[in-house]
Amino acid sequence: MGNAIEAEGLHKRYGEHQALRGVDLAVPAGSLLGVLGPNGAGKTTTVRVLTTLLEADSGRAVVAGHDVRTHPREVRRRIGLTGQYAALDELLTGRENLHLVGRLHRMGTGAAKAAAGDLLDRLDLGDAADRPVKTYSGGMRRRLDLAACLIAGPEVLFLDEPTTGLDLTSRLTLWDMIRDQLAQGVTVLMTTQYLEEADQLADRISVIDGGRVIAEGTPDELKGKVGGERLEVTVADPADVPEAVRALRAAAAAEPSVGQDGRTVGAPLSRGMESVSEAAAALHTAGVRPVEFAVRRPSLDDVFLALTGGSTREGGEPTP
Amino acid sequence: MTEILKDVPVLFGRHMKHLVRIPEKLLGVTVMPVAYVVVFGILFGSAITVPGSDYREYLMAGIFTQMMLTNLGNTAQGVAGDLRNGAVDRFRSLPMSRSAVLLARTLSDLTLAVIACATMAVVGHLIGWRTHEGLLPALGAFGILLLLGWTMSWIGALVGLSVRSPEAVNSIAFIIVMPLTFLSNAFIPLDGLPGWLRAVCEWNPISAVVAACRELFGNTAAVGEGAFPVQHPVAVSLLLNLAILAVVVPLAVRAYRRATSR
Repeated sequence: MGNAIEAEGLHKRYGEHQALRGVDLAVPAGSLLGVLGPNGAGKTTTVRVLTTLLEADSGRAVVAGHDVRTHPREVRRRIGLTGQYAALDELLTGRENLHLVGRLHRMGTGAAKAAAGDLLDRLDLGDAADRPVKTYSGGMRRRLDLAACLIAGPEVLFLDEPTTGLDLTSRLTLWDMIRDQLAQGVTVLMTTQYLEEADQLADRISVIDGGRVIAEGTPDELKGKVGGERLEVTVADPADVPEAVRALRAAAAAEPSVGQDGRTVGAPLSRGMESVSEAAAALHTAGVRPVEFAVRRPSLDDVFLALTGGSTREGGEPTP
Repeated sequence: MTEILKDVPVLFGRHMKHLVRIPEKLLGVTVMPVAYVVVFGILFGSAITVPGSDYREYLMAGIFTQMMLTNLGNTAQGVAGDLRNGAVDRFRSLPMSRSAVLLARTLSDLTLAVIACATMAVVGHLIGWRTHEGLLPALGAFGILLLLGWTMSWIGALVGLSVRSPEAVNSIAFIIVMPLTFLSNAFIPLDGLPGWLRAVCEWNPISAVVAACRELFGNTAAVGEGAFPVQHPVAVSLLLNLAILAVVVPLAVRAYRRATSR
């Protein structure tokens, strides 16, 4: 199996704003690529180019075996897209929305009806199927939107921030649907602001910032780039902190640092478990009684902050 | 081509469901026309006299035409709404015909215009409007009116795709439709206007449509002298509408291809 999505050197300029400055992506068939990046990094523009909604100024993209520029119709036959905002007809019922999209995919009436009924049940929308979409909650709309892009059985799915603003239950339902699609061999490109989401679902991750890919790899590889494991020790009394710092210094690979709460001391570990036992012994000898003693691996949040220089926080979107 | 034939009925069905589910929309093509006929026909028709003709009969062609012009705003609003809520993105990511979306939209709004025309004809009849040239010419007049309505829809589609904001669309539509309506012979004979204003009004395409309807309905005051369009209103209104369509349809389809929400 080759790549279901391939992009090389995509450039796109809107007036003065250079949205894409040479985006390269390669997504092996049947895998999920998570595209991470702060607001305005170029994630949505990339998705729009790959889904034929927007023509790039230069560069080449092949999706499901067809060039998006020269054979957009062939690409559209094989993809499903959910945008950041659920593109549904408020006045139609959930069932009618799916039927409409199915018919426009040139499915027969019977096939479209059957597929719509099946998807509505699988996405827990069976009870609401015949209510107008304007009565749906945000989570229901997102699920219906996903159903709309699945109805014709696409080979490649593009999910642009599919879970932004969703509650946990709806998010988990969507994750299940996405895993289900992967199990059936569908290729998925998903943009997200939620690092946890990428960590959970993605086979590989591309981090986009300023219109280009600044890092690429498996979630573990990316975490490895920011460094190894850290020991974090929290004491009950801030007065014990200097003592704890002194105790950890011997075991740590670098000078321990004190967290913002004034009670947590963290330090990178140089020799894994050996360092951990040394640190525990040193704390015991010094008479420091930690309330928490934990070994942490770097989260994708750390990766993200390290790579993008903290610009993720400007968006104001809290990570879950 | 066969793709359009498959997609248009599907999308047309969508718009007809909308019509049933937005009561305001249905009111717009039933109550509004009735109000137009009653307000303009009875109020103005009782107050003003036109030499050689019954003003109430004279007004009907103007009222029909004014109603067709509202199609511009209807279509612009619908297209801008589809852009806003992401429907255009969805349609553009589907393997469907590119012209089908606008064609289905303008044909749906044309259907509204048919309902409005029928309503107005019935109410007009009740307040005393009659045609005097027979059935076929009268049907021909309705054909010209609906052609105008369809042309206005396509202009509306172009406006909606260019302006993009459903809120702004209404004012833009008003700015276009208002002078077209009132700088015409829709409600007044042009004979008494100062020369330059009369020329503007006579060459307004709307005047040709109104004059053509009056001629085909037999609701006309004796044709005096006037500019070419007033002398040959049927031919001129047909040609003008087709010429406008020939320009606007490709522009609207091109705008749709390039349109992106947000």
